Amino acid sequence: MSNKQNKIIRLTLSYIVILAMIFIVVYPLLWVIGSSLNPGQSLSGSKMFPENPTLIHYQFLFDLEKSNYLLWYWNSMKISITTMILSVISVAFTAYAFSRYRFIGRKNGLMTFLILQMIPNFAALIAIFVLANRTGLLDTHIGLILVYVGGQIPMNTWLMKGYLDTIPKELDESAKMDGAGHFRIFFQIVMPLAKPILAVVALFSFIAPLGDFILARILLRSEKNFTLAVGLYELVAKQFGNEFTKFAAGAVLVAIPIALLFLMFQKYFVSGLTAGGTKG
Amino acid sequence: MEETKKITNHGRNAALLSIIPGFGQFYNKQFVKGFIFLILAMSFAFTFYDVLPVGFWGLFTLGEIPRLDHSVFLLIDGIIALIITIMGLGIFALNIYDARNNGKKRDAGLELNSVRQQYHNLIDNGFPYLMITPGFFLLIFVVIFPILFVLLLAFTNYDLYHSPPAKLVDWVGFQNFIDIFKLDIWRTTFFAVLAWTIVWTFGATTLQVALGIFLAILVNQKDLKGKAIIRTMMILPWAVPSFITILIFSGMFNESFGVINKTLLPFLGMEPQPWMTNEVWTRFALIMIQTWLGFPFIFAMTTGVLQSIPEELYEAATVDGATIMQKFFNITLPLVLFATAPILITQYTFNFNNFNVIFLFNGGGPALPSQNAGGTDILISWIYRLTMTSAQYGKAAAVTMILSLIVITVALWQFKRTKSFQEEDMM
Repeated sequence: MSNKQNKIIRLTLSYIVILAMIFIVVYPLLWVIGSSLNPGQSLSGSKMFPENPTLIHYQFLFDLEKSNYLLWYWNSMKISITTMILSVISVAFTAYAFSRYRFIGRKNGLMTFLILQMIPNFAALIAIFVLANRTGLLDTHIGLILVYVGGQIPMNTWLMKGYLDTIPKELDESAKMDGAGHFRIFFQIVMPLAKPILAVVALFSFIAPLGDFILARILLRSEKNFTLAVGLYELVAKQFGNEFTKFAAGAVLVAIPIALLFLMFQKYFVSGLTAGGTKG
Repeated sequence: MEETKKITNHGRNAALLSIIPGFGQFYNKQFVKGFIFLILAMSFAFTFYDVLPVGFWGLFTLGEIPRLDHSVFLLIDGIIALIITIMGLGIFALNIYDARNNGKKRDAGLELNSVRQQYHNLIDNGFPYLMITPGFFLLIFVVIFPILFVLLLAFTNYDLYHSPPAKLVDWVGFQNFIDIFKLDIWRTTFFAVLAWTIVWTFGATTLQVALGIFLAILVNQKDLKGKAIIRTMMILPWAVPSFITILIFSGMFNESFGVINKTLLPFLGMEPQPWMTNEVWTRFALIMIQTWLGFPFIFAMTTGVLQSIPEELYEAATVDGATIMQKFFNITLPLVLFATAPILITQYTFNFNNFNVIFLFNGGGPALPSQNAGGTDILISWIYRLTMTSAQYGKAAAVTMILSLIVITVALWQFKRTKSFQEEDMM
């Protein structure tokens, strides 16, 4: 009897805590959706549940003549996708070499990667800025992409190496016996088995440039070249609060597709991190 | 057969001869390889013979005539010259090593590899290098080069008053570091920023970890309904890009118009607070926001671990008469912490360098009169401020060195202890 009462109390308390948490989690997100539907411009007049909701801010963002928003969106997608492709290729090569071959410099290489992944590459932001300036890559997307890809390599190489180490070496050895070359073993035997970790690396290197603010802010100078992070920040920072509803609409349009994509692949994220992370 | 063997010095001879690249290989009668080395060395000399001396001159002097010599560009070119030289020396060393090795093989009376075998050897041994080359090159130019640059910059007086092309930059030795620890304004600022960085790192990370683990265990209760939908909701802050939510929060915390001061606090019967102008309140808000942003990640990880704990463990504990608390402290918590430990530690290093939340929320502010950093600036955002706002490049580089030193120490200490690293067959 008291056991049952205990259970009811425990579950009720749990539900109360969970509901409170869900409220805290969802409130800011609902609030920004509400703000984006306000007819006014500024933060001061915006309400979470506007009396006469409107889509004018969305229309404004989609108007290429008035706003650069679509351009930023396009820039961000272009940068993220290119970074993703280049990262996956270079990480797969590097991780495979470190996992499967014993060569001079391997140990030092691994150690270097380990240390490099601890220091975010934007710590050297002066250097990146000056170097980009010197090479004429300032305010270009290609410069930004190269910095992103380079920054992705150390951490993702460790992640992927950890996973490749778990694929039995007997597989490639027997393939070698059968006369398969290096590239054949890589492309036809190991990579198909490494699909889960390839997906994780791809997702990481897609998401990271989207969330990055500091490097894009340093390297991109003209408004036409901005990514979403820099563009939206400028929108808010220029005159704080005065264009808040436009920012809110822009934020919603970024958050929803990314969140959906993320929720779809969330399982891989977790399994990839625990597989590669705890081992490597 | 044995008695015809003479004592030869092919190894030594070949190594000596290959001071001119390729000649050691010729001596070993490996002509194709010798030619390759010779041509490589000649093209290297031709391409760089006038560039490298200028590069090193620039690196040592940082320029001599203002307006004509651009110190920073000279520094860049100098570092590139340094990298090229190191690569050249590497190839040169390989050339000597190869000649010596093959010479020794001849000394031992062994047959040398034919061109065909050499080709196969090159493919087999060179393959891993071929694979790491693209990544490695990129790494050199976007990661290692910047690190070298900052390392050197920390020993110069590059700032607003020594700014090329109008002025020259000079080497000043350890002056930047001495200033940071000796000059009052720098010392106060440095230690204030460092103290807050530490409080921030431990406060925010520990809170988000504790909340994540607590909620994961709460939701994982067997008789709780609606797990799937609850878990999706809990992961939302992780799914939305953080720069967006931070900007949303900075709107919500706005002192005069934000929803927190206008609606939420009055609803709870509390006074509005100066979230953006009083550094204590800003810090409090930042830690709360980071907890909101960071707990879902830990939540997801812990949920994964919890689902893999076999039910029998708990059943056995129940048979032995363990209470819920005992089960939690002796089974659940140790297993969770053990499985997620490496990830938890990376969370600390992440927050140590969490620029986005500090900068996007309130730009590191509010400004404090007693120091040249904002009230909520952590080391990394202070570096940004020194670079982008006050053009104190030399000092910023020195702070970067100190920051990197801290991070590397922690990282090495951590990985020495990680099981995976000890298990790794490091040759």
